[in-house]
Amino acid sequence: MEATIYRSHVLICTGTGCVSSGSGKIKERMVAELEERGLQKEVKIVDTGCHGFCEKGPIVIVYPEGVFYCQVDVEDVSEIVEEHLLKGRIVERLLYKEPLTEESIPSYNEIDFYKKQMRIALANCGRINPESIHEYIAVGGYEALGKALTEMTPEEVIEEVKKSGLRGRGGAGFPTGLKWELTRREKSDKKYLVCNADEGDPGAFMDRSLLEGDPHRIIEGMAIAAYAIGADEGYIYVRAEYPLAIHRLEVALEQAAELGLLGENILGSGFNFNLHIKKGAGAFVCGEETALMASIEGRRGMPRPKPPFPSVSGLWGKPTNINNVETFANVPYIINNGAEVYSAIGTEKSKGTKVFALTGKINNTGLVEVPMGITLREIIYDIGGGIRDGKELKAVQTGGPSGGCIPADLLDLPIDYESLTEVGAMMGSGGMVVMDESTCMVDVARFFLSFTQSESCGKCTPCREGTKRMLEILDRICAGEGREGDLELLEELGNHIKETSLCQLGGSAPNPVLSTLKYFRAEYEAHIKEKRCPANVCEGMKSAYVIDESVCIGCTACTRVCPVDAISGERKKPHYIDPDVCIACGACAAKCPVSAIAQG
Amino acid sequence: MKKLTNPGKICFIFMSKYVKKITSYIMGKGLENMGCVCGHGKESMEEYLAPLRSILNNYPKEERYLIPILQEAQEEYGYLPKDVLREIANYLELSVTQVYGVVTFYTQFHLQPRGKNVIKVCTGTACHVRGGAEVLQALEKELGITSGGTTEDLSFTLETVACIGACGLAPVIMINDDTHGRLTPDKIPAILDMYREQEDKAAAN
Repeated sequence: MEATIYRSHVLICTGTGCVSSGSGKIKERMVAELEERGLQKEVKIVDTGCHGFCEKGPIVIVYPEGVFYCQVDVEDVSEIVEEHLLKGRIVERLLYKEPLTEESIPSYNEIDFYKKQMRIALANCGRINPESIHEYIAVGGYEALGKALTEMTPEEVIEEVKKSGLRGRGGAGFPTGLKWELTRREKSDKKYLVCNADEGDPGAFMDRSLLEGDPHRIIEGMAIAAYAIGADEGYIYVRAEYPLAIHRLEVALEQAAELGLLGENILGSGFNFNLHIKKGAGAFVCGEETALMASIEGRRGMPRPKPPFPSVSGLWGKPTNINNVETFANVPYIINNGAEVYSAIGTEKSKGTKVFALTGKINNTGLVEVPMGITLREIIYDIGGGIRDGKELKAVQTGGPSGGCIPADLLDLPIDYESLTEVGAMMGSGGMVVMDESTCMVDVARFFLSFTQSESCGKCTPCREGTKRMLEILDRICAGEGREGDLELLEELGNHIKETSLCQLGGSAPNPVLSTLKYFRAEYEAHIKEKRCPANVCEGMKSAYVIDESVCIGCTACTRVCPVDAISGERKKPHYIDPDVCIACGACAAKCPVSAIAQG
Repeated sequence: MKKLTNPGKICFIFMSKYVKKITSYIMGKGLENMGCVCGHGKESMEEYLAPLRSILNNYPKEERYLIPILQEAQEEYGYLPKDVLREIANYLELSVTQVYGVVTFYTQFHLQPRGKNVIKVCTGTACHVRGGAEVLQALEKELGITSGGTTEDLSFTLETVACIGACGLAPVIMINDDTHGRLTPDKIPAILDMYREQEDKAAAN
């Protein structure tokens, strides 16, 4: 390890969001600028994982001050070095501005987005270099594993997790400690532990950020779980679409094995645990545990009926315990701090925190970790900074394609597993998509259903055929050809599919449709009876855009963005949109500098 | 490009009007001694399968390794040709049908050649509500292919994916391993040109 003591640390985010916004180039420039000024021995550059605030990326944080710079450009680097690192003056213009007050906030911890969060699973994300095991150990990493192996019996570990009230973060919310106990109880020469990182819900990316930002935490959580249930081999089943997460995991596994934190006789306790990475091959249904196991075994990832549950007969017929990435991320905290501390957070039945991926029409998109029991209002307005462009909130969709839409008037609902299920939504993996008045709820329902429909594995009839029939009806409604009786048929089909499908993919696929039917029935009826889409979204019912000739300045900005070349006109003269060609995508209206374009 | 076409395909091409072009391509690659590569010639087939053999040698003959083998083979050949599938089935002592079943189940595997640059357009929720469909349309227009297609010169393959997991940057596309976010249709031509230039440069070298 290096012995140099640095006066400043510059943390550059290398999560997927910031990398695609150009954080790699920022680092290159930073290294060059520091060398040019001879500061390389005084200032250290640290690559970190995701801060969760991808919207504002690339993110650069300077310690010890904790100054948070966002949307940094390569051209800004020399200013940061010159002003901040050399002269000690904060670069005001790169600070985060609160969307509501326009106030610049210098410090990381003062920003509303972070201030109201409670970070347990994400504690190290953005703070440490995910590719350095030493940094993880320096912030207390692998202490919990040491404690479990040397001071606790497997039964005590299970008891602690049971008392903490931790429930599965993958969606269904099964008590984790109980799951471990069931697997522990089985007598077998071999047991397996699996980490489900096949994050497939559109709109959810917490597993990805955890694996990219703090891979050792997952490995530590898994090792503790393996010790508790008596497994000596484990798999992390991760999506092949997450190359960076896979790379960081590979690095982490190698480092852990090198230090004897994985492999044979870990920390001299006699406990063995070998961990492998298994890359998924692109099938949403593999998030279902029996399908996931079939995929690990090398077969088509199709679910099978339960029982037998994986705890009895899982991988290759052996007892197997499967938990989600975020579930494992909570385990080291529980072992280190004790069940009481953990269970003091949250509601009566849902303990601890939950990570949500906050996206859609909201000012601050990103990953947020909040205590259970927080209200939707707090998440959306206090942390999320409210709705974009000052529009009205219409609904919040939680739980991805298995979840449902919660209308704006239920905004004060305290969030936990039970409350969400009660209103027809679901915790799911934690996707939270915010929708404003310009979102059509029928279109949203159709979008989710078309996703689950195409991901249906085809094994059981209700899911394979039923979702297809539902989608046909929704397609028809969105095309303006809805019929009397369609809504009743959708409800009947939806309920049948929920009750009779083999696995939870089918069992929850109708939720987005059923919940929007429950809360936004009038919108469906407008589509069917009046052949009108109130949000002006559905093709076939959309009206073309029109340019107001008295306002248009002829700048040609609209002509350039139109994907179908519907706009014509000479420079500096009013333009015209051909209503027969216009697809009403709205790209022109968004681009117009003088707001001359509106739907006719 | 090196191993993109399989012997059976080359045999067909030889009979076609492109015979001159193809011959010069092969000559250019320094493979003038290949002779007829019609797929019946044992030697050329051996040569074609050699990279696969070295992949297989790293794996025990167990069904659990089927998917990793398929993933590696596809990385090598760009797609999964019939001969490769047959060889994998032989090695693992599985029926070709079973291997084919697995290949067609997972969206990651491809039975047709693919472009050098693979464009994945995210159609996830966040991208959907922020105009992902318009980005896809712009790509289709610019490349002259529809989603799922490959350009004739094998430069680009265009496809849609459920969610890339970069929703904060919606709408997003991935080209190979690079993520491009906060897109609007008018940004598309410049992005594609970047990859075309890279390709031209590589060809010039």
